[in-house]
Amino acid sequence: MQNFIEAYSWVNMRFLLEGLWVTVEVSIISIIASFIIGSILGVLRYVKIKYLSRVVGFVVDIVRNLPLILIIFFTYFGLPHLGFKPGIIFAAVLAMTIFESAMLAEIIRSGILAVDYGQMEGARANGMSYVQALWHIVFPQAIKKTIPTIVSQFISLIKDTSLATIIVLPELLNHAQIIYGQNSAYIIPMFVMIAVMYFIICYALSVLSRVLDKKLA
Amino acid sequence: MKKLKRYLGVLGMLGVLTLVLTACGGRKSLSQQDVLTNDRTSNTITWGVKADTKLFGLMDVQDNTIKGFDADVATAITKQILGKNGKTKFVQVTSQTRIPLLKNGNIDAIIATMTISPERKKQVDFSDSYFDAGQALLVKKGSAVKSVKDLNKAGTKVLGVTGSSSVANIRKFAPKAKVLELSDYAQAMTALKSGQGVALTTDNGILYGMATENPGYEVVGGTFTKEPYGIAINKGQAPFKNKVNAALKEIEANGTYNRLLKKWFGNVTGFNYKEASR
Amino acid sequence: MAYILTHYWSELIQGLGYTLLSSVIALVFSTVIGTMFAIFEVLPNRAMRIIGRIYIEIFRNIPLLVIAMFFYVIIPMYVAKIDGFTAGTIGLTIYTSSFIAETVRAGIQSVDNGQMEGARSNGLTYWQAMRYIVLPQAFKIVIPPLGNQFINLVKNSSVLAFVAGFDLMYQGNSIASLSLDTINSYVVVGLFYLVITLPLSYYMQHLEKRLAN
Repeated sequence: MQNFIEAYSWVNMRFLLEGLWVTVEVSIISIIASFIIGSILGVLRYVKIKYLSRVVGFVVDIVRNLPLILIIFFTYFGLPHLGFKPGIIFAAVLAMTIFESAMLAEIIRSGILAVDYGQMEGARANGMSYVQALWHIVFPQAIKKTIPTIVSQFISLIKDTSLATIIVLPELLNHAQIIYGQNSAYIIPMFVMIAVMYFIICYALSVLSRVLDKKLA
Repeated sequence: MKKLKRYLGVLGMLGVLTLVLTACGGRKSLSQQDVLTNDRTSNTITWGVKADTKLFGLMDVQDNTIKGFDADVATAITKQILGKNGKTKFVQVTSQTRIPLLKNGNIDAIIATMTISPERKKQVDFSDSYFDAGQALLVKKGSAVKSVKDLNKAGTKVLGVTGSSSVANIRKFAPKAKVLELSDYAQAMTALKSGQGVALTTDNGILYGMATENPGYEVVGGTFTKEPYGIAINKGQAPFKNKVNAALKEIEANGTYNRLLKKWFGNVTGFNYKEASR
Repeated sequence: MAYILTHYWSELIQGLGYTLLSSVIALVFSTVIGTMFAIFEVLPNRAMRIIGRIYIEIFRNIPLLVIAMFFYVIIPMYVAKIDGFTAGTIGLTIYTSSFIAETVRAGIQSVDNGQMEGARSNGLTYWQAMRYIVLPQAFKIVIPPLGNQFINLVKNSSVLAFVAGFDLMYQGNSIASLSLDTINSYVVVGLFYLVITLPLSYYMQHLEKRLAN
């Protein structure tokens, strides 16, 4: 018990919260960016523009089927070869965004496919152009249909930021490791604390998704 | 409509391709720019340092800064090169990430318990050695393992860190042992405590740091290799390398080096800092 | 790249082996455990439902890496000596089982309730009806999502690299630091992953299309 009280000292907690902030920061930026890019990629894959849709589909499939850790290495170690030197946070955000965009593209595309084709035809018959019908009628419904899946993907994103500890992103898990690396009596208290922190964030998001799902249904 | 789509598709791909190509070819590779000029302009040297290694580079939870012998030497060298107001920027590295980061130009130099070795010299340049370490073993007090010979048995698990020279060395000295590579020293120490291996092997300086923090563990067997630490610098950066070497000589001559050595190793049991003085 | 392939071929194959082994073990056990907790969740017994819910929510909302590290670091200190491969695979199993539980539960609930009632009125016990009538139908529905879970498993097994589990990613890290050719090492490792995951992924897409028609 004594270990727990000492482990949760103000200094350690502040250090952990600094890590938590990086986790949250990276997650929020990546969530917003990957939602936008994932939507564009998903639509592009759906509309079947010759070559482009093929290429998008191929790239999305490659990225989706690689472990995220590899993508993290590629952005942090690989990008400078293109003359571009990302900082650690930027590299992490970029890796998460690339990976999650590909995952979301697939979710959103299947959402669009699930929207009744009659909707599209009806909208076109009412004088909308293909793009208008897609943007105003089909896309919003596809998002509505896939909200639970999209949110659970976002939850995965938040959890997966912990993988970036391998390139020493100063996020929650990394800061916990630094604390228990200096005093092994804190190992269990640190595991408990970060598990609770991750749980609270992710669980809150999943509750939010359920509420949203009910409201929209 | 179909034709238009096809046209747009081809155009899009061409656009992407051009973007990638200009990005590749347009700029000089970062590692080819002159580091010394860049650092003088920004008045900052960016160092890759460890954040998990007591005595050399350890994150201080109190104020979120990295402290240790490596960090202090880096600061002293920076002041020598850039003057009193020169700034240091520390980027946390592990044994695994340090060389790619240097080659990519994320950092100007590595000062992170890095042994000067022939293999590494093919990839990067080294300054003169700034610390003489030697590989040793850390074991639980009372362990049957007394020296590196005791590890050379099938089924013996030894812990090390990915990308460190000690992992390659132990494969030579104890070929029958199974080496488990962890991502950094904090993880390796935690694994030793969990009994994932019977010994942790790396340089004595690092191990002494761990032993002072973990009283149940001791350094055994003396050193079985010579591990001179150097500051790694990209190839083709001769002006910067010469400056670093000159700065190193200067801090050794003016007593700064010995002062730092005493500050970090003066109270470490088993380590004779006077022998290491320069 | 050819250099990495030829020089480190045996390490890569060994890594591939451990990755596949870990993924298959985790798939088998997480399907069993996941199905068990899914059934808990649809049982008439309230206490069992709550136990099922707690298990699923806890392990779905904590990072896999934290769970794997927990088994690598803490279990050997207090419970049993387990190595990195075992610890990582246990972590992988528990984490994945919570996702499979959620999938299977949705499958069970999508089977018409009339089926259960019909079976019960024909004299089957609750468990018999579950075993012979409901679960087979539920599994038909959840085969595509289960397939996707397996692809995730193969990718997620890369956390073994953090606990010295000798998998493909661990070997990749080791090769990258030995050869000092970081990018090519990881490109080769990526190709090895794609060899497993891409065919699986295309097969699952094909299967989904076939089941949809």
